[in-house]
Amino acid sequence: MIFALRIAAASAAVIALAASSPAAFAQKKYDTGASDTEIKIGNIMPYSGPASAYGVIGKTEEAYFKMINDQGGINGRKVTFVTYDDAYSPPKAVEQVRKLVESDEVLVVFNPLGTPSNTAIQKYLNSKKIPQLFVATGATKWNDPKSFPWTMGWQPSYQSEAHIYAKWLMKEKPDAKVAIVYQNDDFGKDYLKGTKDGFGAKAASSIIMEESYEVSEPSIDGHIVKIKAANPDVLLIYTTPKFGAQTIKKTAELGWKPLQIITNVAISVGSVMQPAGFENAQGVLSAAYAKDGSDPQWANDPGMKKWNAFLDKYMPGVDKTDNGVVYGYGAAQTLAKVLEMCGDDLTRANVMKQAASLKDFTPDTLLPGVKINTSATDFAPIPQLQMQRFKGQKWELFGEIISGDVPSE
Amino acid sequence: MELFANQVLAGIATGAIYACMALAVVMIYQAIDHLNFAQGEMAMFSTFVSWQLMQWGVPYWGAFVITVAFSFAAGTVIERLLFKPLAKAPVLTNVAGFIALYAIINSVAGLIWDFTIKQYPTPFGSSPFLGSQLISTHQAGMIGVTLLMLLLLFFFFRFTRVGLAMRAAASLPESARLVGINTSWMIALGWGMAAAIGSIAGMMIAPVVFLEPNMMLGVLIYGFAAAVLGGLSSPFGAVIGGFLVGIFENLVGTYIPGVGNELKLPIALALIIVVLVVKPAGLFGRAIVKRV
Amino acid sequence: MSAAEEVVTEAPAVEAVPKRAMTLGYGTSLVVLVALIVIPLFVKNFIIFQLTMLLIYGLAVLALNILTGGSGQFSLGQSAFYAVGAYTSAILMEHTGMNYALTLPIAGIICFGFGFLFGLPALRLSGVYLALATFALATAMPQLLKLGYFEDWTGGVQGLVVTKPDAPEYLQSLLSSLHLKISQDMWLYYFTLAITIAIYVAAVNLLRSRSGRAFMAIRDNEIAASAMGVDVSLYKTLAFGVSAGITGVAGGLGAIAVQFVAPDGYTIQLAISLFLGMVVGGVGWLPGSIVGSAFIIFVPNIAESVSKGLSGAVFGVLLFLVIFLVPHGARQVAIVAQQLIGKLKKN
Repeated sequence: MIFALRIAAASAAVIALAASSPAAFAQKKYDTGASDTEIKIGNIMPYSGPASAYGVIGKTEEAYFKMINDQGGINGRKVTFVTYDDAYSPPKAVEQVRKLVESDEVLVVFNPLGTPSNTAIQKYLNSKKIPQLFVATGATKWNDPKSFPWTMGWQPSYQSEAHIYAKWLMKEKPDAKVAIVYQNDDFGKDYLKGTKDGFGAKAASSIIMEESYEVSEPSIDGHIVKIKAANPDVLLIYTTPKFGAQTIKKTAELGWKPLQIITNVAISVGSVMQPAGFENAQGVLSAAYAKDGSDPQWANDPGMKKWNAFLDKYMPGVDKTDNGVVYGYGAAQTLAKVLEMCGDDLTRANVMKQAASLKDFTPDTLLPGVKINTSATDFAPIPQLQMQRFKGQKWELFGEIISGDVPSE
Repeated sequence: MELFANQVLAGIATGAIYACMALAVVMIYQAIDHLNFAQGEMAMFSTFVSWQLMQWGVPYWGAFVITVAFSFAAGTVIERLLFKPLAKAPVLTNVAGFIALYAIINSVAGLIWDFTIKQYPTPFGSSPFLGSQLISTHQAGMIGVTLLMLLLLFFFFRFTRVGLAMRAAASLPESARLVGINTSWMIALGWGMAAAIGSIAGMMIAPVVFLEPNMMLGVLIYGFAAAVLGGLSSPFGAVIGGFLVGIFENLVGTYIPGVGNELKLPIALALIIVVLVVKPAGLFGRAIVKRV
Repeated sequence: MSAAEEVVTEAPAVEAVPKRAMTLGYGTSLVVLVALIVIPLFVKNFIIFQLTMLLIYGLAVLALNILTGGSGQFSLGQSAFYAVGAYTSAILMEHTGMNYALTLPIAGIICFGFGFLFGLPALRLSGVYLALATFALATAMPQLLKLGYFEDWTGGVQGLVVTKPDAPEYLQSLLSSLHLKISQDMWLYYFTLAITIAIYVAAVNLLRSRSGRAFMAIRDNEIAASAMGVDVSLYKTLAFGVSAGITGVAGGLGAIAVQFVAPDGYTIQLAISLFLGMVVGGVGWLPGSIVGSAFIIFVPNIAESVSKGLSGAVFGVLLFLVIFLVPHGARQVAIVAQQLIGKLKKN
């Protein structure tokens, strides 16, 4: 009797198990870099050189996976996060990625940063059928599943953000004369293109000036003086944080008050708006897809509370105003979700499949209403942004969540 | 015409940054006959030190004085520890040493204070200077400080025994030793002074460009260019060179169509090379006669 | 000082290296050669890739050694010539479909011309002024490459992706008949090795020839050389040209090995690295080029593995250690080793 009960109990358990997770009885499948106990993730970041400011993203991701491991790992497996410095140099990026793939034998290459570095490694990774997942740049070309089925972006592309600004301007200020100050590299030029495409036929008449600057310049004040002389109504600021702060400070010093729209990359309250001067930044517009860590309006948001707790425990002393910390957390959380969805099938093909099957996934750090969605033909996880206006000492979101989907060429 | 005047003024304002840096460059050149690549990083580090002091509550001028003294001491120590052993080594090895110092300082600063930009206060305020919106009171103050430093250096080199000894040690070390000058300590002194001047330059520049570990990257190149243009043996030339580079750069960016904006720095450097070809010792430098 | 002029008896910026000491002895050369040929057969593709880059940067440092160690002209601008060579190869391969091997001599010749032309105005400059001029060139190059005018050819900021060549057909069929395969990496390595050896031998011969003696005379004392009838202008510009040409070939090989060219890969950082490679290897000592190249490729990796946050500082400290212990670079080590071997032979 008891024996029969035991069998019944066991069968019930088995059936319940089978019913609850269809994959449970699926065979465990692994590619190089995954095993019963470990998932190896590779990453390259500029920890030194001109772009070393972004190195904090890699550090955040490393700390995040440490936290995941402390919580038991993903489906019982520990995540080994291997990250190398590419000093923002494409030849070095190629060397490091080859090291990750051929020497460290990672499963996927996650969140590599920088358009030049990623362009350099794209062909190699695709030919070796290794996922180049959640690339850390806003260039539009990562959303091209037909030509590069193993490459996927993550953040909203720069062009889609620029589209949103252009469309908003055409609606709210149709006759405005627009000047653009942009960084002379792939980042700035992508924004420029997006703006022109967004204006469409009106681009030539609306945009009266395009002024570029080099990263090596200590201060771009001279450019702002030049732009002011052309007397535009709107100034589009497509710069990295330091130059964004300089611009906002300079326009105020010059006593000039155009409508200023600044890129999402340079919106941090603590590292851009405050140095520029809160009083100078009133009325500046931008768009966001994630919450700002230094913005007091999210102090009681459950997602950001988790983020703060994570930082206090795993990255004490880090500068919370640095947007890179928010970014790294969000990206890492997305990867963790994808790996979790893979279950016991940790082949690279399945990782890509799961990454292309995200439905309304919301990491802790994204704005309410912004959701991650991917499909076999849509490799742009976050296409949505919401516009915001700087008022007082924080950003005020307004309008609706806009989708700035720009298809790849 | 107004644009021209504006760009000239703006050029003078930016040029003040370069002039400041160029003074430090000339100072080190006077002491050791070489350009020190790590000069900018040392200035940046000093500026961070002053910032940290202010974070801890020290008032601006207090932090300023402490930082200048600290930089002087640090410059001397670095020279004694790291470069005195290299005194007999070939020149190029010393240059490699400068590069190593650059790497170390930059990396350490990034680790301690990380890479987000920090606001840096100015004692001069930021309102328009004399009603002109192109030069703020801070930039005017920066020009004033630079000229003051220039004056002090002039007196130092011309009218003090130590200054004279340093010049002697730099140009004719063997003869200087014969008359009893301790050339080795002159070099250390030169490093200390260059570091101190550099720290002042950094503290003047930071309010404009914002404080972060990579802030001196562009400034140093322009500082070198300005110093070379003005003449490496002339502090006065360095300052003038700084202003000229600032003005020229702005004019190139504004008036040369098409490429002017993207090639500002190369064109400015090309101009300096042209000047050097015509006047090899720079605008105000002394002509060098080489004997076999 | 009351004198309007400064009279300077300058110590040469670059110290003299006697001709005979410029190369390795035959025995050591043979050992090194055998090692370079045999090692790739036993290691992973990734290591072969690193070895290929070792040879390529070694070539670039060699070129700098000829210019600075040979003719005494200080250059911080080699990255510009490297970039021109790389882009020449990439553009020819991707836009005209030229065979990769043919692009290299073209890259070399174009860079030779470019270097020669740069050497002309540089004639009047020396020492720190020449350094600044070459520095300016190196800083200008990435910005020139980004220029809108050239975008159709250069790909602008996006750069150009380069196709990696396979081993030639006849070699593949030969090897498959022996049941062997040769990977793209391995083929490229041996191709690069052959070119490196050829250029090294040519460089040694150049420095031993009349031109080489002219270079060294100029390096040691330019005025005296001129007084003795050496055509200083010709040889100085020639040195620049040759050095640029070799660097251009290295650049072309680099473009093929990395399979990508972009302005960000050819910054002043590269020029400084090559300079450091020359100093660590021993200025003017051609075999040291490969030691210097190994330093600039592997030591940053070592520094990174020690500490990610302080990798720059660790690199700086290691560099300081090297220059404290061996201020004259690897050449000093070789001389000491030679002396030791000599002593051992006697006993």
